[in-house]
Amino acid sequence: MNESISSETYEAVIGLEVHAHLATRSKLFCGCANGFGAGPNEHTCPVCLGMPGVLPVLNRDAVELAIRMGLAAHCTIAPDSIFARKSYFYPDLPKGYQISMYDQPLCIGGYIEIPHNGGVRPIRLVRIHMEEDAGKNIHEGDFSLVDFNRSGVPLVEVVSEPDIRTAAEAAAYLHALRALLRYTGASEARMEEGNFRCDVNVSVRPRGSEKFGSRTEIKNLNSIRFVEDAIGHEVARQIDVIAAGGRIPQETLLWDPVRAETRPMRSKEFANDYRYFPEPDLPPLRVSAEMIEQIAAAMPVLPAQLRENLVRDYGLTAYEAGVLTEDRELADYFTNLLAVGLKNYKAAANWVMTEVLRLVNESGKPLAEAAPAAAETGALLKLIEDGAISLNAAKTAFAAMVKSGKSATATVGELGLMQVSDEAAIADACDRVIERHIRKVGEYRAGRDKLFGFFVGSVMKEMSGKGNPRMVNDILKRKLDG
Amino acid sequence: MSGELFRLTIAEARDRLVRREISAQELTRACLDRIAELERRLNAFITVCPREALEQAAAADARLARGDAPALCGIPLAIKDIYLTRGIRTTCASKILGNFVAPYDATVIARLREAGAVFVGKANMDEFAMGSSSENSAFGPTRNPYDLTRVAGGSSGGSAAAVAAEECLAALGTDTGGSIREPASFCGVVGLKPTYSRVSRFGVIAFASSLDQVGPFTKTVRDAAIMLRELAGSDPQDSTCSARPVPDYERALTGDIEGLRIGVPREYFVSGMNPEVEESVRTALRQFESLGAKLVEISLPHTDYAIATYYIVATAEASANLARYDGIRYGLRVDADNNIELYNRTRARGFGAEVKRRIMLGTFALSSGYYDAYYLKAQQVRTLIRRDFEAAFARCDLIATPVAPTTAFRLGEKTADPMQMYLSDIFTISVNLAGLPGLSLPCGYDGAGLPIGLQIIGAPFGEEAMLRAADAYENSGACERRTPPLRSAA
Amino acid sequence: MSDSRITLEQVRHVARLARLELAPEEEGALQNDLSAILTYVDKLNQLDTSAIPPTAQVGEIGVPMRADEVLNAPAAEPMLANAPARQDHFFRVPKIIE
Repeated sequence: MNESISSETYEAVIGLEVHAHLATRSKLFCGCANGFGAGPNEHTCPVCLGMPGVLPVLNRDAVELAIRMGLAAHCTIAPDSIFARKSYFYPDLPKGYQISMYDQPLCIGGYIEIPHNGGVRPIRLVRIHMEEDAGKNIHEGDFSLVDFNRSGVPLVEVVSEPDIRTAAEAAAYLHALRALLRYTGASEARMEEGNFRCDVNVSVRPRGSEKFGSRTEIKNLNSIRFVEDAIGHEVARQIDVIAAGGRIPQETLLWDPVRAETRPMRSKEFANDYRYFPEPDLPPLRVSAEMIEQIAAAMPVLPAQLRENLVRDYGLTAYEAGVLTEDRELADYFTNLLAVGLKNYKAAANWVMTEVLRLVNESGKPLAEAAPAAAETGALLKLIEDGAISLNAAKTAFAAMVKSGKSATATVGELGLMQVSDEAAIADACDRVIERHIRKVGEYRAGRDKLFGFFVGSVMKEMSGKGNPRMVNDILKRKLDG
Repeated sequence: MSGELFRLTIAEARDRLVRREISAQELTRACLDRIAELERRLNAFITVCPREALEQAAAADARLARGDAPALCGIPLAIKDIYLTRGIRTTCASKILGNFVAPYDATVIARLREAGAVFVGKANMDEFAMGSSSENSAFGPTRNPYDLTRVAGGSSGGSAAAVAAEECLAALGTDTGGSIREPASFCGVVGLKPTYSRVSRFGVIAFASSLDQVGPFTKTVRDAAIMLRELAGSDPQDSTCSARPVPDYERALTGDIEGLRIGVPREYFVSGMNPEVEESVRTALRQFESLGAKLVEISLPHTDYAIATYYIVATAEASANLARYDGIRYGLRVDADNNIELYNRTRARGFGAEVKRRIMLGTFALSSGYYDAYYLKAQQVRTLIRRDFEAAFARCDLIATPVAPTTAFRLGEKTADPMQMYLSDIFTISVNLAGLPGLSLPCGYDGAGLPIGLQIIGAPFGEEAMLRAADAYENSGACERRTPPLRSAA
Repeated sequence: MSDSRITLEQVRHVARLARLELAPEEEGALQNDLSAILTYVDKLNQLDTSAIPPTAQVGEIGVPMRADEVLNAPAAEPMLANAPARQDHFFRVPKIIE
């Protein structure tokens, strides 16, 4: 396939459906704990096990979090929304139906902005609604074992319009959605932990056409990277098929990350008639204007606003602000760090984006565990600003702080990393070096500029590496150039 | 006297227990003995609980001795096997729950325990409450105490028969399309279906969620008022349960119904009705007039569409409610190599014919392409039926009708044709669709000695007026009650 | 909808949706029964309901909500007491094929 011709001829049309666990203490319809780590079926009760005679009772906080998401995504919050039964048979679905929403969802419309050509582009949403999760199956030999701890956990389902055109846009959308979920407090949205799942709908059509082509659905994607890879692969595959005169049957596919290909789901279970009807055990959810106002008033600051603040208050670029606000914790870390009185915002931003983020990514731990406290990191950066230590020394100190958990000043002191910024001391050292190498000084003054590095190195050695490099440079230059 | 303790009403027993003239254990033993004597012929119970009952009775006696006498302390009750009773087998008359031991108490069961009641056993019923005769039970039919060759009615046939045969002082049933009122009528006892949402449904095995309601069978209207007071009230575990305060229903039994307007719907007195039933009901209406009530002719024009509406809405909800019976977490399992076969075979083996029929009908009504034509359409007609009653209650305080077009039919008489059975619900079904309270009250006996019931329908949450009218009629002596002779088949 | 006869294929399809394995004689009986019932139900079409809202429920409006509290203590064993097949604290089923 000639890639450039095909991408001119065809465009990809992509829509994403994301399910995220709401960060409530208890489940959506019963008082069982909503959380990880328990032994199998420890967090179950007759309600979330679908025993005879049980009835659902709605968790107020789950509704509030879902509304927060709706407000953050600029949706219209429906004054009346209706829960619906979605029927299908599967061993991890205890009632044989899932309580979800169908005809009248909680949030309608809305959009999420992604970076685009230096600005932003809105990806429109169809809806956001609430539903309960199913249990989990694990496979052991000839059997499957079912654990219902996850059954009944509250989910928001966010459905986008098919406005996305590339795999990169899909990734950007997922990053932006994930940030919203975390900033609103609605969800921790960690794909690795399974509380942020994504299904992708992909079709292609001739560029310029308004009609939609036949689409496939890709499930079982549990990292943003896989989403990008799967979309890239599937778009190319569909273009190949169509360019060769074939058709795309509407089917559900699984992404195989090992083989880097999509394959059809084996079981026809999912070609289902869900027979939706309004849930008779739950009256319509009525949300008053007052309730919405209260929730809006209690809304935590959102990424877009925070980015604006960072650019305005600290002169950061849009890119820097974007990285720092990827995570609420990271953004808070940055501002807390500045609170020690730093003036070099750029340097601080850079430190967080490189040194701190590296710790998080390498350790796999959350920020609070992986990195020293923001105040301590701030103190370390202040030492750099004050010229008390060099950048390299700071990096050494930082690594030590991570291991020991000790303060910046204690660590710098213990490791003897304070640098000398005393002009007289530096001038002395320069004089001594110049005295020892009179002939080289002569050669330098005669034109061998390269010798300057030798002198800098010698002065640093003379000062046991503790000379403030910039000052050494300046003073040495002055003395050598005369 | 102790041999006849089972003849007492709740009100009478309550007095004697409080005055320590009789003990709860004596009373319970009298009922248990009667059960032992009659059960072989009646089959009103799926599970009899003599040990648990006597333990409860002993505890009741201890409370009575302390002077702590809640309303139902020491009163022996039969509990339809649709209620989850912790630690006791709860089958819903189905093979698919044949070995299911309830891990929790239904809310109303917990309330009755709190009130000191004694549970003598789990009463027989139509499987999953689907039926009008209790012939659809996996544990055999319940026979009518007035004639053992005839049905006790359904789906709460066991509860009705147990009260009629005096195996207990009262019983708990459920009513989705008439399942309390019809068997009450066939068995000559009082049967009460409260307003939908008056009583918690938590722990009541669901048939049709927007129609099911909890209610008592009793010997007298006063007893029904006493029971309702204990059962009614909000429940944080049932989102559809009303938070309205519960009145003291006994206090409403003033005996005064002067000026009460009783609507008589012309659509409920059509040809095809058993003439003895019609005569008995009309006589009862004249009695109400003589007590000071005013009869008002009203119309409920959409009556003829009620059965069609019901059999779409109820079966649709049921098809989803019964999807959980799949052999995975509890109940019957038929082993298989893969899950689809496990589901198919478990459900095929575990469900009876009527249940399968209704699951199929309900699934069809919700399925793609048919939802609008069936389910949506039926819910729209339901609105029309509700509006009929709203309009009627602008002109009357209560509505009076027959309960069933016939008296108890013979076992096997209507089982060949499902539609025949469904059509016998004609007078009771609209009440569930509109969510109204309804009460069945004995008003006579036919030539064969079979009981005839009068239905009184109230406005939403209008149980007080309903009970007051029924109580006034009962106390007027117009209908002399007969206990069943418990004749065997000829 | 004058002919409310349901076909055998429809009966089989519905049985698949409802996970009910039907014996051949059951299929025929259900076809007859359901056809008869649907013919009866067809009378609903005599009514014009185009402007009538459906009744999904008969209770009071507005769903009561509960506070976000953990009320249930961890308890696997009693919840597994009725399990037809189990392995430790898991419910056991035949292998699920995806």
